[in-house]
Amino acid sequence: MDWQAIWLSLRLAAATTLILLAAALPIAYWLAFSPRRWKFLVQAVVALPLVLPPTVLGFYVLLAIGPRSPVGALYARLTGGILPFSFQGLLLASVLYSLPFMTQPAAAAFAAVDRKLLEASWCLGISRAETFRRVTIPLALPGIVTGAVLSFAHTMGEFGVVLMVGGNISGATRTVSISIYDQVQRLEYAAAAETSVFLLAISFSVLALTYALQRRFWSLWPMS
Amino acid sequence: MAHELTCWLRKRLPSGFELDAGLRVPLAESPVTVLFGPSGAGKTTLLRMIAGLERPDAGEIRFREEVWYDPTRAVNLAPQQRRAGFLFQDYALFPHLTVEQNVLYAARRGKGRELLAAFGVEEWAGRKPRALSGGQQQRVALARALAAEPALLLLDEPLSALDAAARARTRHDLRRLLLSGAAPAILVTHDRLEAMTLGDWMAVMVDGTIRQTGPVRDVFRRPADAQVAESVGMENVLPAEIVGQEDGLAIVQVETARLQCAFPPAPRGPVWACIRAEDVTLTRDAAQPSSARNRLPGRVKSVTPEGPLARVELDCGFPLVAMITARSAAEMTLREGEPICAVVKATAVHLVGG
Repeated sequence: MDWQAIWLSLRLAAATTLILLAAALPIAYWLAFSPRRWKFLVQAVVALPLVLPPTVLGFYVLLAIGPRSPVGALYARLTGGILPFSFQGLLLASVLYSLPFMTQPAAAAFAAVDRKLLEASWCLGISRAETFRRVTIPLALPGIVTGAVLSFAHTMGEFGVVLMVGGNISGATRTVSISIYDQVQRLEYAAAAETSVFLLAISFSVLALTYALQRRFWSLWPMS
Repeated sequence: MAHELTCWLRKRLPSGFELDAGLRVPLAESPVTVLFGPSGAGKTTLLRMIAGLERPDAGEIRFREEVWYDPTRAVNLAPQQRRAGFLFQDYALFPHLTVEQNVLYAARRGKGRELLAAFGVEEWAGRKPRALSGGQQQRVALARALAAEPALLLLDEPLSALDAAARARTRHDLRRLLLSGAAPAILVTHDRLEAMTLGDWMAVMVDGTIRQTGPVRDVFRRPADAQVAESVGMENVLPAEIVGQEDGLAIVQVETARLQCAFPPAPRGPVWACIRAEDVTLTRDAAQPSSARNRLPGRVKSVTPEGPLARVELDCGFPLVAMITARSAAEMTLREGEPICAVVKATAVHLVGG
């Protein structure tokens, strides 16, 4: 089994999930509570990776982070490296690719929190930020956990975006799905089967564990 | 000036409902003010605007020396800055926190522990709110609000989520608990019994405007107009005409009947004669001597039991409702269509300008 690729995918998935937890929750909060009329446009943009072919998304990300683009130029000036075909570039692409998987469950969970509870907290003199931390997040936790698990699992299995942005550099961008593809190309079916079963087992376990935990969450906090 | 809440607020709701209410509450004289009115009068919206949860279209809110809302000076304090504790209809306890954590949520210094004990909620401290009854939840919510030491307490229909038995019990407690808190309270209700038992001062709201303010007893005794009379539960609001004076009493014509009444507002002209159903006595013997000035022969239209009381609808040439005890109704064996005599004292007929 290609342990290096598996380790790389796990690292990529974990890093992507952590970044999304920090970046997607404010977006989800805004989507859930903003009264803006053009909110639907942002919703559509966030959901794009759900329907866009990964190659198309990868293509645009590649253009956007290339050394001649502003983002790529800035990155080169700050770090001296380049983003395309690097782990960092791959991470950026993965974050964009999994954005809806984190944002949508979290936004739904935020919207489901009874607004009166937030108002009650505000009237008790607790600031909006503090209320978010002490009321909204705990009550929306099942949704946030769902989003994190989906983002993690989605990143573990991503293929098209990796191919476009990361290429196939062992130890830097060769993820587990690319590794399986390589094995099949080389007609190493046994190795491919081994890796695939491993990935299937991980995905299933993580999802089963999440849903089991959620059942406990919901039974603890039934939101009538 | 110093101890007042004054506001005048205008707001148009998406439904087209227009609220245009002016209110002055003398906080020093009135520990508990009742904002009273029928459902849909805009009471809750007004309360939410005072709390800062809803933004008015125009107006002004002043609390003591503080300006809470004044768009001409670009002032609109956030709910956190107003520190007006708000008790929601369904109490809005945090479901993921225990009773103790709820009360201590925004408690200042030792205030939370003190209130846990004072409100008798200590024994449920470790429970989640959903394991409590409605009455218990209300206590916890009140303790939570008071623990934050609010400058003003706002209560939106605090008893409406309770069943009838719990409501009667809690009503009594609530008044005591409200007086024990240092903050003056404004309480929204559409229940006249709640208004009479909980409030010191009241403001009557009808169709988005404040129609009358004053001490609770005065408002109930002397409603300012027919709509207020109807909303404070004067069952009998009758179109009448002052036709004369006699021994200092006014004579009013209601349909075919003539009533004598004290305290006329105007010498002549159209008025509303308001008679509370409790003030109508029934007798079979129209000739029996009595001090009451008005004896109105009529017929029983219907008898409806309402708990310990019975509501008797009469036809005395005009519709008249009497509230008598169920026991009297049984003893008199009132039957539909029977002739009966309604007796009303002159002082029980309250006239308001048409």
